[in-house]
Amino acid sequence: MCVAIPALIKSIDGQLAQVEIGGITQTANLQLCPQAQVGDYVIVHTGYAINTLDRQEAKETLDLFEAIARVAQEEN
Amino acid sequence: MKYASEFRDSRLARGLISKIERSSRTPVRFMEFCGSHTVAIFRYGIRQVLPKTVTTLSGPGCPICVTANADLDKAIALARIPNVIMASFGDVLRVPGSYTSLQAVRAEGADVRVIYSAMDALKIAQNNPTKQVVLLGIGFETTTPTIAAAILQAEQESLTNFSVLSWHKLSPPAMKALLDSGDVALDGLICPGHVSIITGSQAWEFIARDYGIPCVVAGFEPLDILQCVDMLVSQVENGVAKVEIAYRRGVQHEGNTVAQQLMETVFEPCPAQWRGMGTIPASGLKLRPEYGRFDAEQVFDIDPGPTREPEGCICGEVLRGVSPPVDCPLFGKVCHPENPVGACMVSSEGSCFTYYLYGGKNE
Amino acid sequence: MSDTILLAHGSGGKLAHRLIEETILSSLSNPVLACMDDSAVLELNGRLAFTTDSYVVNPIFFPGGDIGRLAVCGTTNDLAMSGATPLYLSLAFIIEEGFALSDLKRVLASIRDTAREASVQIVTGDTKVVNRGNVDKLYINTAGIGKIPSEVNISGANIAPGDKVILSGSIGDHGIAIMSKREGLHFSTELESDCAPLDRLVADMLSAGARIHALRDPTRGGLATTLNELSDQSGVKIIVEEEKIPVRDEVLGACEMLGFDPLYVANEGKLVAFVPASDADRVVEAMRRNEYGADAAIIGQVQQTDTPCVVMKTVLGASRLIDMLVGDLLPRIC
Repeated sequence: MCVAIPALIKSIDGQLAQVEIGGITQTANLQLCPQAQVGDYVIVHTGYAINTLDRQEAKETLDLFEAIARVAQEEN
Repeated sequence: MKYASEFRDSRLARGLISKIERSSRTPVRFMEFCGSHTVAIFRYGIRQVLPKTVTTLSGPGCPICVTANADLDKAIALARIPNVIMASFGDVLRVPGSYTSLQAVRAEGADVRVIYSAMDALKIAQNNPTKQVVLLGIGFETTTPTIAAAILQAEQESLTNFSVLSWHKLSPPAMKALLDSGDVALDGLICPGHVSIITGSQAWEFIARDYGIPCVVAGFEPLDILQCVDMLVSQVENGVAKVEIAYRRGVQHEGNTVAQQLMETVFEPCPAQWRGMGTIPASGLKLRPEYGRFDAEQVFDIDPGPTREPEGCICGEVLRGVSPPVDCPLFGKVCHPENPVGACMVSSEGSCFTYYLYGGKNE
Repeated sequence: MSDTILLAHGSGGKLAHRLIEETILSSLSNPVLACMDDSAVLELNGRLAFTTDSYVVNPIFFPGGDIGRLAVCGTTNDLAMSGATPLYLSLAFIIEEGFALSDLKRVLASIRDTAREASVQIVTGDTKVVNRGNVDKLYINTAGIGKIPSEVNISGANIAPGDKVILSGSIGDHGIAIMSKREGLHFSTELESDCAPLDRLVADMLSAGARIHALRDPTRGGLATTLNELSDQSGVKIIVEEEKIPVRDEVLGACEMLGFDPLYVANEGKLVAFVPASDADRVVEAMRRNEYGADAAIIGQVQQTDTPCVVMKTVLGASRLIDMLVGDLLPRIC
C-alpha cells in the first residue's frame, strides 16, 4: 500500500542521508534504519529509510529466476 | 544491482509464467491485501498472463479507501478552524467525506498543504510558529513509524504547534476480520511487502496456522508478484499452508524492530472504524496519553456534525473482496475518477480507480 | 529607473512608456513593433493558423528554461503542430507589483533568443501591473499566427488505421525538472526541462516528403492525455509499447519516488506524430537529424475500432487501457 523505492546511500550526516534514485538525489531520514551505511541500498518510504536491501538475497532470487527461465526455454 | 529494473525483465517473467502454467491444476482464488499490489497487477497486466486456474482479487489494503466518512469529516472540520494548517499526503485531498472534501475546503480558503513526508509537516510547524499545524496521520504499518518518528522529533524540539490526527490502522486485524466474516473464500494471500518490512513475515503466521491459508509476502515489481503466485500455487498443489517470502531482499521474519519499537512508544491499539467493515477491535492506533499534547483530537474541539454515507455506493463490498467494482450500479456511470462517489474511486490505489484506469471496466 | 516594478509601470503614464521603450522594445525590436501603432499591421495571405496560450509556471526560472522561453515555445509549437510556419507573436505581461526589473529583463532576453531560434517576430504586446498578491510574480499570454503551406493537411482528426505512432524523444523531462525546484519536494537533479521550439523539427519532417496525418505536443497531462485526445478525435485505437517509450533515469526515479506515472508528466519540447506505415522510417530518420528529435522512435500503431481508446502493451506482453490524467499530480503515500 505504500510507495517505497530502493535508493543508494551516497553520504550520511547525523540522522539524514543523501540517497540516489536513478539520476535524482533525495534526503532520507535514517531514524528507522540506523544500521544503514554509505554504499547500502535502502528502501525509502515518504522520506524515511525503512530497511536496507540485501544484495545476496536479491542475487539469489535473480539466479533462481534465471534457472526457472532456462527450464522453461528447454521445455518449449 | 539497482533492485528495481532487474525485477521487470520480460524474459525472466516468461519463465515464471510458464512455471505457473505447468504447476497450477486446482482453480484458486488469491487475494492481494495491498492496494499497491492491485495497481502493479493492473499496470503490468499480470491477470492476463496468469493461467485461467488462477484468479486474483483485491483486498482492503488501501488506507485512503478504508478511512470512514466520520474520520474524513473530522479532518475537514479541523482544516476549517482558523489558524490551522492541515498537512496532508496528496492521496487524501480529493476523497469526499459526508458533504465535502479537503480539496474543496482548500478552495474555500482553508490552509491545506500537500506534503511528501512527515518531516515536511515539522518544517511547516517550525516556520509558522503562530499557526497550529495538524499532520493527517494515515497509513498502515509502513507509514506509522515515520509519523511516530516525527512526533518524537516534535517532542525533542519542544514544538507546541504541532499535532497529529491519527487514522493509522493495523493490517493483520483487518485481514482477520475479513476471514472471520466468512464473506470470501481464499486459497492464498499475497501479503503486503512494505507493511511486512516493518512487521516481519511473522505477522501473517496466524493466517496460515489458524485458517489454513497459504501466505506469501511479495514485493511490487512484476517478477516479485509472479514469484509470489508461483509459491502460492506450489503450496496449494502440495496441500500445505505456511508463510513464505517472495521478497527476501527486503523482508525478514522478525521485521524492523527499531520501527516497531518507535510505533509502540508513541501509539497504542484502539478500536477503529473501517469503511465497509465496521468497527474492528484493536485495529487502529491512537497516541498514548503521554503524547496527548500531540494528539489533534485532544488539542482541538472538533465538531464534524452528523455523518452520511453515499447512496448506492458499494465501496464496502469492494473492499471486502465480495464484489468487483464493475458490480456497482454507480461504477463508470455516476461514479468515475472526475466525480468520485466513494473513496475507492479516488485513491490512486483504490480498487474502483484501478479498475477504471487500467481497463477493468472492459473486463 | 526603479529596480522593481511599481503599480505606476502599468498606469499608461510616463513610467509605463519608459518601461516599454527602455526595457521591452530595446530587447525585442523589429520593424512592425517599432511602428508603435495601436495594432500591428501585417501582410498575409493563404491558409493561416492562429492560436493563444497563457503561461503561469512556478517557478518562473527553472533548469533548462524560464517562463519567457516557455511562452514563445508553447505558442510556436501549437502553430507548428498544424504544420504551420510560425510568423508573428503577440506578447502580454501581467506583472505583480514589486517584481524585480532585472528578472523582467532576464525573461525578455530569453524571449528574444527563443523567438530568434524559432524565426518568429513579436509584433504587438501589452503590459499590466497588478497589486502584490493578485498574481504570482509574472504571467504571460502569447498569441501566434503562422502560415500553412498549401499541400499540408495535418489534424488530430486525420489519423488512419495502420498509421505508425512516432515520439520525438524522452517523456516527462519538463514536469520533473519543474517539480525538482518546487518547495517541499525533496529531490535534486541535473535534469533540465525539454522546453524547445519545434517548428524546425516539423519543417524537417515535412521536407522528408512524407505524409503526416497528425502532430501534437504532449504538454500538460503528458503523453497519455494527448494520445487519448487524438484517439477520440480520429475515432481510432492507438496501441503503444511500454518498452519503446524513452524515459530518462531521472524521470523514472522521481516518478517512482512520488508515485507518478511518466505517461502523465508534462513535456514542452516533444511531439507525437502519426504517419502512414510506409513513410514512418523516413520521418524518423529526418527527425533524428534534428537536435530536438535525436531520440525519435516509433512507439506504436493505430487500429480501426468502434470504441476509441489507447492501449499499452506492457513488458509482460499483456495490454492495459491508458486513460487521461485525472486531477492533479500530487505526491502520494500509496
